[in-house]
Amino acid sequence: MHCQTGSRGTYVPTSRTIAGDPLERIERLASENAVVIFSVSSCCMCHAIKRLFCGMGVNPTVYELDEDPRGKDMEKALMRLLGNSPAVPVVFIGGKLVGAMDRVMASHINGTLVPLLKQAGALWL
Amino acid sequence: MNSPSAVLTRRMAIYEQFHQISRWGDAFDRDDSPNTGSSAIVQVDVGNKAGYISCDQVEHSRSDQETNKPTDKIQRRLAQNREAARKCRIRKKAYVQELESSRLKLAQLEQELERARQQGIYISSASDSGYFGLSGAVNPGISAFEMEYGHWVEVQDKQVCELRNALQAHITDIELQILVETGLNHYCNLFRMKADAAKVDVFYLSSGLWRTSAERFFHWIGGFRPSELLHVVISHIEPLTDQQQLEVCHLRQSSQQAEDALSQGIEKLQHNLAQNVASDFSWGNYGAQMAVATDVLEAFEGFVNQADHLREQTLLQMVRVLTTHQAARALLALGEYLHRLRALSSLWASHPR
Repeated sequence: MHCQTGSRGTYVPTSRTIAGDPLERIERLASENAVVIFSVSSCCMCHAIKRLFCGMGVNPTVYELDEDPRGKDMEKALMRLLGNSPAVPVVFIGGKLVGAMDRVMASHINGTLVPLLKQAGALWL
Repeated sequence: MNSPSAVLTRRMAIYEQFHQISRWGDAFDRDDSPNTGSSAIVQVDVGNKAGYISCDQVEHSRSDQETNKPTDKIQRRLAQNREAARKCRIRKKAYVQELESSRLKLAQLEQELERARQQGIYISSASDSGYFGLSGAVNPGISAFEMEYGHWVEVQDKQVCELRNALQAHITDIELQILVETGLNHYCNLFRMKADAAKVDVFYLSSGLWRTSAERFFHWIGGFRPSELLHVVISHIEPLTDQQQLEVCHLRQSSQQAEDALSQGIEKLQHNLAQNVASDFSWGNYGAQMAVATDVLEAFEGFVNQADHLREQTLLQMVRVLTTHQAARALLALGEYLHRLRALSSLWASHPR
């Protein structure tokens, strides 16, 4: 199964230049796809989380914040949201925040990740 | 009364001494007067104070004696000096030989120590705590970790014995549950210790130098592979219900997938670092180098922490899936397995090729 990883992913350039709240933008982007990952292209932990989803047969939508003009603000907003650094990687499934790498791994190990993915339509039996 | 012949004799005697010591031809040539000549002798130190004859004595005796006596005195003095010099040379030779043999012994000891370390013997001593780090300096944070870990292993072995006895004695499930909880907490303590050590020196932690050689053989990012856990215990936890089979299968699969993801992350980190070090642009000035160093260190710390987190989660989930009795057997099997690896390391160490 071909997996979208790479630095471009499905980067969606917005033509809207309203000075919107970065958190709102994050939530909007997160709700547009089943699995959304906010990442930084040079970050290796982000690479690992992308590989994890691809290994499960999931096709995540990846936003590389270092390639987004408003990426810096979004990074700060994510840091505030998660309560710590680093800001990335962060995973949303079905529009809802799952968390950073440790949360994602823990939920995969304890068996709650797969049902969540199926529910969001990212995985089919 | 210094007749020319006497002066000549004295000058010849002085020259003899100089010749013996092979120094200061200049001082001799410059001097006409035997007095200043003898003061030049005074400054020549044979290195042997016992054989040293002071200038005052020489002058005194010379002023007192008649010209026929000084020759004897001079001869005696020369003989004494020769003897002193000879003794000094013998002592020096003995000292140098002692130094040489000590040096050889030190080299031998260092070799033995290195061999023992490589074969995984846990070396600790009261004075230096056995840790020299990658910088060659003793790091107190890591020394503390090594001591704590040594203690952790002792407690681990005791707990394994307790579990074995408990299972043979057929104690109640509640009592067994307590033992299982204790065992799990003990592992969680280890992960907490490792997290603290990672903040001090993550490369030391991930190297596994603090473990035995057989354990290191299986190392993956600073510890055992989470996916290995189930392989080790599976034969001890059967028979499983259908539901348990499913859950164990899922755990095996998910731990493997998470492991693979982290491995790929580490590979990317290595790739990035190699590129940065090789590039003249990235490895430009000191500031650029520091940036590379800091970024990689932080990233690697993250991976080591995630690896331990994965180990902990896998262990906890395994126990969750099993009954109390099965969990006890699983922890016993795991503890026994690690104990055997440590024993294997000792075998390797005591029977070199």
